[in-house]
Amino acid sequence: MKKKLTFAAALLAASVLGGMANAKQLVYCSEASPAGFDPSPWSGGNDFDASSRTIYSRLVEFEHGKTTISPGLAESWTVSDDGLEYTFKLRPGVKFQTTDYFTPTRDLNADDVIFSFERQWKKESPWFSYLEGTGWEYFAGMGFPELLKEIVKVDDLTVKFVLNKPEVAFLPDLGMDFASIVSKEYADQLDKAGTRQQFTQKPIGTGPFQFVDYQVDAVIRYAAWDGYYGGRQKIDDLIFAITPDPAVRAQKLKAGECDIMSYPAPADIAGLQADTNLKVDEQEGLNIGYMAYNTTQPPFDKVEVRKALNMAVNKKAIIDAVYQGAGAPAINPIPPTMWSYNKDIKDDPYDPEAAKKMLADAGVKDLSMKIWAMPVSRPYNPNAQRVAELIQADYAAVGVKAEIVSYEWTEYRQRGKAKDRDGAFQLGWTGDNGDPDNFFFLLGCDAIGQSNYAIWCNQEFEGLLKKGKATTDVAERTKIYEEAQVVFKREAPWLTIAHSKVFMPMNKKVAGFVMDPLGIHRFDGVDVSE
Amino acid sequence: MLRYLLHKLALIIPTVFGISLAAFAFVRLLPGDPILALAGERGVSPERYAQLIEQFGYNRPYVIQYLEYIGRVLTGDFGISIATKRPVLGEFQALFPATLELATVALIIAILLGIPAGIFAAVKRGSWFDQATMGVALTGYSMPIFWWGLLLIIFFSGYLGWTPVSGRIGLQYFFRPTTGFMLIDSLISGRSGAFKSAVSHLILPSIVLATIPLAVIARQTRSAMLEVLGEDYVRTARAKGLAPRRVIGLHAFRNALIPVVTTIGLQVGTLMAGAILTETIFSWPGIGKWMIDAIGKRDYVVVQSGLLIIALIVMAVNLIVDVLYAVINPRIRVQ
Repeated sequence: MKKKLTFAAALLAASVLGGMANAKQLVYCSEASPAGFDPSPWSGGNDFDASSRTIYSRLVEFEHGKTTISPGLAESWTVSDDGLEYTFKLRPGVKFQTTDYFTPTRDLNADDVIFSFERQWKKESPWFSYLEGTGWEYFAGMGFPELLKEIVKVDDLTVKFVLNKPEVAFLPDLGMDFASIVSKEYADQLDKAGTRQQFTQKPIGTGPFQFVDYQVDAVIRYAAWDGYYGGRQKIDDLIFAITPDPAVRAQKLKAGECDIMSYPAPADIAGLQADTNLKVDEQEGLNIGYMAYNTTQPPFDKVEVRKALNMAVNKKAIIDAVYQGAGAPAINPIPPTMWSYNKDIKDDPYDPEAAKKMLADAGVKDLSMKIWAMPVSRPYNPNAQRVAELIQADYAAVGVKAEIVSYEWTEYRQRGKAKDRDGAFQLGWTGDNGDPDNFFFLLGCDAIGQSNYAIWCNQEFEGLLKKGKATTDVAERTKIYEEAQVVFKREAPWLTIAHSKVFMPMNKKVAGFVMDPLGIHRFDGVDVSE
Repeated sequence: MLRYLLHKLALIIPTVFGISLAAFAFVRLLPGDPILALAGERGVSPERYAQLIEQFGYNRPYVIQYLEYIGRVLTGDFGISIATKRPVLGEFQALFPATLELATVALIIAILLGIPAGIFAAVKRGSWFDQATMGVALTGYSMPIFWWGLLLIIFFSGYLGWTPVSGRIGLQYFFRPTTGFMLIDSLISGRSGAFKSAVSHLILPSIVLATIPLAVIARQTRSAMLEVLGEDYVRTARAKGLAPRRVIGLHAFRNALIPVVTTIGLQVGTLMAGAILTETIFSWPGIGKWMIDAIGKRDYVVVQSGLLIIALIVMAVNLIVDVLYAVINPRIRVQ
């Protein structure tokens, strides 16, 4: 009898545990802790992964794995002929998440959309400064304060954005993380309770997962949101296991402690690929690693000198040694996966002899210069110091003496902006909205002192950029940007180094994960097989 | 005893001010800029930069900034993190139990292994055991924590699969922390297997963190024991025919304990420094990792206040050690 009871208890325990095990769980080894869960004040990819892409939704969304826009919270939209008015029809019946700290009484409406933008825009909004020192840097950096004239509630489910000037990238901009839609009702509730800070600590959105718990610097837990307008997710629980060290992330993946990981170290990729329990997805990154000459300082103010220096560099050797083959030589300032990429442009050939002659013809003798090496590793340039050493050796072969310099990361970028900066400056960029202008702006005249490290202001290029931004027809824009790339290649303000590949190692039981060209990690649509 | 205690407390006050000043200056001497770090790679316009600098008050003279800061600290306000916008004290309180738990276990390991190893090495001076123990201690002392941690992970977690790779507890155990100490929280959670999981997660990080203090304690114990074992009273005790165990345990070890206790007290500082790397490798959510992140982001408020709070704790521990010292050796409090 006793044996039978023990057996029955064991059976019950097994069925309970079995039930728990049936809850589908995906563990993602992420690289850093989020600063908070409000999707708009911060600018780090890890912040976006943990907030905007899991908890929130936007008016428009990037299609999974693409840079094209599809309807999100807005089911349709119209654009006025002059390109100044965008009217969005909101999807009816979109539910904000119900949690133990908030129960919405209404569905998403135009008030939420207006609140989501005005809190970042209007200083008189009490939410503008609810976090001490919040600058809403992304909103400001995308030029929204100057771009927006007003946002009008036409009716509960219709909202109109009126712009000060036409902006062709406005729709992709609205698909970006800072443009996530938050709940005004929740904000009002916190206002009344005097607990505004909770807005970023206990988030409420309309996205595929709802927030459950955050153990600072350790674990973030989400649960599938049953009321998600896109349908309930196949996984029940999503867990971010925060693991800053890439080698440890790789070990955790191998040990089965996580199902998927971000940013493997290049040295670990071969080992991960060799593991029979794992698969490693890869994709051309929407990025560029470059080295910007200071085009205002002699002798780099001469095109032929810049061209000669470009021809002196063996890019293939850099890609083999630093990117470990996981990259492609960059020709243009935008990656080949970006629309409007000009395939007809040929790269400056690697020809040290010709480079030497060009330098001599330009009257450059015994040139000494600096090569700036970033102190951090980025997907577009995993080891800038090593890149600098290889370029240094290539330059030596054409009689140019180069000294490598590096500084602390913010100091590095700050010093790099100086108009009298000496030498060539390594940096790169990863696109964040899939529009070519999101790369070209790096070389705009307005970006001098900010992101234009070549300190290059070419009127022909600038004119094409402005024309491109004011043109809505994609075919016409493509032609304009193709022409801009011709000007860029002719003038050579940068040595375009590489477009790197991005890797995403995961357990073979993970299905449906789509790598995102914008570097975002999205878990909607992901499944885990038993 | 009270006078002794007051004397020690009086010494702490100027030290606290000195440390607050050093922490304030240290973070500002570092190259880098909190506003640019906050803005990310997109950067900010010079106008926006000027606005933010003004908003945070970093354009004011350092003396004013320091006086304001220390004034707030004296009222218990350690400021708000530039990066996360959360109160520094709140973040510290949430993370400190993890560090304290790790450091305590590491210290216990270091004491339990270090003292006996030191005693045996001294008693068997010149033997293979002495040579081997001191050799291992020197190696442990010289080992880079980062490399040592990864090595243990690869071998014990990756190759043998005996221990988890990182974290504080298996992800299947979800309960809201009551005390912040995972060993206690897992016990009171009532979840079967949770405590075992918490213990298994502690093994590798505590071994890594214990390595340097263990080596130091072992070497210090050996050296103190050797000195005491050469004293006349030990010789007399032996001559009286006392059992060797009694001579070593009662007469020698008790007297050798004073420098060893001092060394253990000083190891608290070493543990805090070691925690920075250990926590980063093992994804241990404690104040070491928190400080590293803050330094990387040039989060002035977290760095200056975090350093001050840690220094206060280290000083408190040292004060306790001084009191223990006085209890062990009454001559000290008389002097």
